[in-house]
Amino acid sequence: MPMSDTTTTNSKPGWFSALANPTRFIGLADRIIPVLAVLTAITLVVGLYLGFTAPEDYQQGSTVQIMYIHVPFAWLSMMCWGVMSLAALGTLVWRHPLADVSLKAAAPIGLVFTGLALATGSIWGKPMWGTWWVWDARLTSVFVLFLMYLGIIALTRAIDDTSRAAKAAAIITLVGAINLPIIKFSVDWWNTLHQPAAVFRLDGPTIDPSMLWPLLIMAVGFTLLFFTLHLTAIRTEIWRRRVQAMQRIAARRADGRTGGRSEGHVR
Amino acid sequence: MTRKQKRLSVILGALAFLGMATGLTFYALGQRTSFFYMPEDLQTAAVPAGQRIRLGGLVEAGTVLRGQGTDVAFSVTDGTDSVKVVYAGILPDLFREEQGVVTEGAFREDGTFVADSVLAKHDENYMPKEVAEGLKAKGVWQEEQ
Repeated sequence: MPMSDTTTTNSKPGWFSALANPTRFIGLADRIIPVLAVLTAITLVVGLYLGFTAPEDYQQGSTVQIMYIHVPFAWLSMMCWGVMSLAALGTLVWRHPLADVSLKAAAPIGLVFTGLALATGSIWGKPMWGTWWVWDARLTSVFVLFLMYLGIIALTRAIDDTSRAAKAAAIITLVGAINLPIIKFSVDWWNTLHQPAAVFRLDGPTIDPSMLWPLLIMAVGFTLLFFTLHLTAIRTEIWRRRVQAMQRIAARRADGRTGGRSEGHVR
Repeated sequence: MTRKQKRLSVILGALAFLGMATGLTFYALGQRTSFFYMPEDLQTAAVPAGQRIRLGGLVEAGTVLRGQGTDVAFSVTDGTDSVKVVYAGILPDLFREEQGVVTEGAFREDGTFVADSVLAKHDENYMPKEVAEGLKAKGVWQEEQ
């Protein structure tokens, strides 16, 4: 079993290895998901209220309010790939059995957040810049991220052999992680139409506090939403794999009883 | 080294190589990966007349001249050099003096840039109207690019 080298070299099994037991993980997830869901709902309601009542920007007017959803979507599109990259390391280095499940479960969530970031950015760009889309470094690199999510989703579902699919997806995910610093610094390294960073910058945010607070609360709210969805998706994937394993066992038993009929019809 | 450490170092080594390769590729592409030229870049880039490029910078104060219909002429500056631009069409809402713009078009033989699209570049400063007016009143307002 892949876990054997972990148990022999790691003298004290910490909480991280304890999570490797899917049953224990599901027990934990069952308790955490409702708490996370309630926290998400509260934070998003507060954030939305503050966002709608925040002052209008001196030059963008009320269009600035798109920022309160666009920036969290864009932030999560990158954080999700970061989570997937950590999971990829977990698969390749520690052979953590849940790492692959976590990677596979995160990809569709990341795809949706990236798509929403592109769409809301486009809706903001038309009135402000005067165009829906330009091929500048920031927009292009985020579009590449969108395509990479599609690629990972296709890959994790195209290969039947779970451990081979896990390894392939992990390697592609780590290669794709190169895009994260490119997205982040694209606005500094090249001339782009997209504005430079306004929150995470060395000399402090360039957003007035009255607009920064709603933005940060929305960012926390959507981050909580991500983890709620991610944990739920992991749990679903574990259940799905169990059902699959049980179907395989049942098919094998049925085969034994009827005398070696093909199991093709069970799938 | 344990097997885990070995696997980790192989992965990190591969990623470092990949990162370096990506960095060198973009370094070699240089200016071509930028969305637009600034007036100062044009001193070294030697763009021939008629070749389509994008030109970006700030609209120089006091240079905006409105002609007949939607004709407009202005200069785009980056603080060191400036380029005269003519354009016929609808300008974006954010267009005004000292505002960042990205124009697309080609140079005429006389060195004037004929734009067929003008996009407004928004900066990273977000604040309510009252704060902006307060800053202007206190005299600490600065237009940044």
